[in-house]
Amino acid sequence: MIVRILGEGQFRVDDTATTELNHLDTALETAVERGDEPAFQDALTGLLAQVRAQGSPLPPDTLEPSDLILPHQDSSMDEVRKLLTDEGLIPG
Amino acid sequence: MGVMKRVQLVFKAKANKALDKMEDPRETLDYSYQRQLELLTKVRRGVADVATSRKRVELQMNQLQQQANKLDDQARKALGLGREDLARDALTRKSSAQSQLNDLQGQYAQLQAEEEKLTVASQRLQAKVDAFRTRKETIKATYTAAEAQTRINEAFSGISEEMGDVGMAIQRAEDKTAQMQARAGAIDELMASGALDDVGGRRDDIQAELDQLSANSDVESELRRLRGEIAASAPKQLEGSGPNGDAQVANGGQSQAQSAPYAPPAPTQNPQNTQNPQQAAQPAGIPVSDLPSANDQPQDGEG
Repeated sequence: MIVRILGEGQFRVDDTATTELNHLDTALETAVERGDEPAFQDALTGLLAQVRAQGSPLPPDTLEPSDLILPHQDSSMDEVRKLLTDEGLIPG
Repeated sequence: MGVMKRVQLVFKAKANKALDKMEDPRETLDYSYQRQLELLTKVRRGVADVATSRKRVELQMNQLQQQANKLDDQARKALGLGREDLARDALTRKSSAQSQLNDLQGQYAQLQAEEEKLTVASQRLQAKVDAFRTRKETIKATYTAAEAQTRINEAFSGISEEMGDVGMAIQRAEDKTAQMQARAGAIDELMASGALDDVGGRRDDIQAELDQLSANSDVESELRRLRGEIAASAPKQLEGSGPNGDAQVANGGQSQAQSAPYAPPAPTQNPQNTQNPQQAAQPAGIPVSDLPSANDQPQDGEG
């Protein structure tokens, strides 16, 4: 499974790590829905740390699309909301 | 569906939309490659812009540091001349310059981080664009039209995602740089006007009052420091000079002399200087009968 962290690049993550990632991802989603900024920061930080720890970086010249994409490390909750709803946030 | 999948789908939809617009597969490859080269130029320009901004902040930080040093110097001189009001004014401005400087240091670190991120992003994009160019030529030469379409879609999705990512990185860097430049412009104006104490106009009243309190205590502690330094430079001239010499010791001037980081040169060229610092440090209740015009300075004790 290939996971991209925006601003950092792509990682190949073993499928066995999926359960843990999904768990954190659900926490992230709940935090965004509730507008809970501290919970959002915790979940995002945990998710990114997990991907970095479990995954191995893909060589930069790969042209494979990712299966999952994660927001930037310093994203605000507002940015993530826009990322989910508004295609305009991604230029090009 | 979680956040990770939803973001991925948004990116994918973007790529598909671009693909759908193309009728001829070759057109897709060439057009996309063109866009990639444009983005590469853009991200490199982005790196240069951030670097320019960072250098400007660096320059301002140097100017503010010089300003703070100058004001410190002025305060010392003013106090040496017995003009505590002027010293107070200079130290207030110094405190303001110092807080601007602290702010800039934080912004500087942010710009530096942004520059590094963009540099890495530009390298990653370069690697992917090179890979895409190779793939493009292979697809054009080898495959049948049907096969080509599948391979093109794969290559295109991969690079399109990277381009979206890099595009966002550029946008973020531009936003940060714009903020920084607006700020730098404001500080330039502030420095040009020489009114470094007139900051904080947009803050709320409580914040302004808190800032004022903190600035006041900064000024007080700076005044104490300068008094200590001046007292420390004086004792050699004052040794054995009678009751006033003893008053100097009681004043606590000696205890600070050990740790004072700055020892101005003894003012031997100007004999009356040995009187002035003493006068400035004179606590209330010291016999002043031998000082000229003592009755004209009742405010000295309250300071």
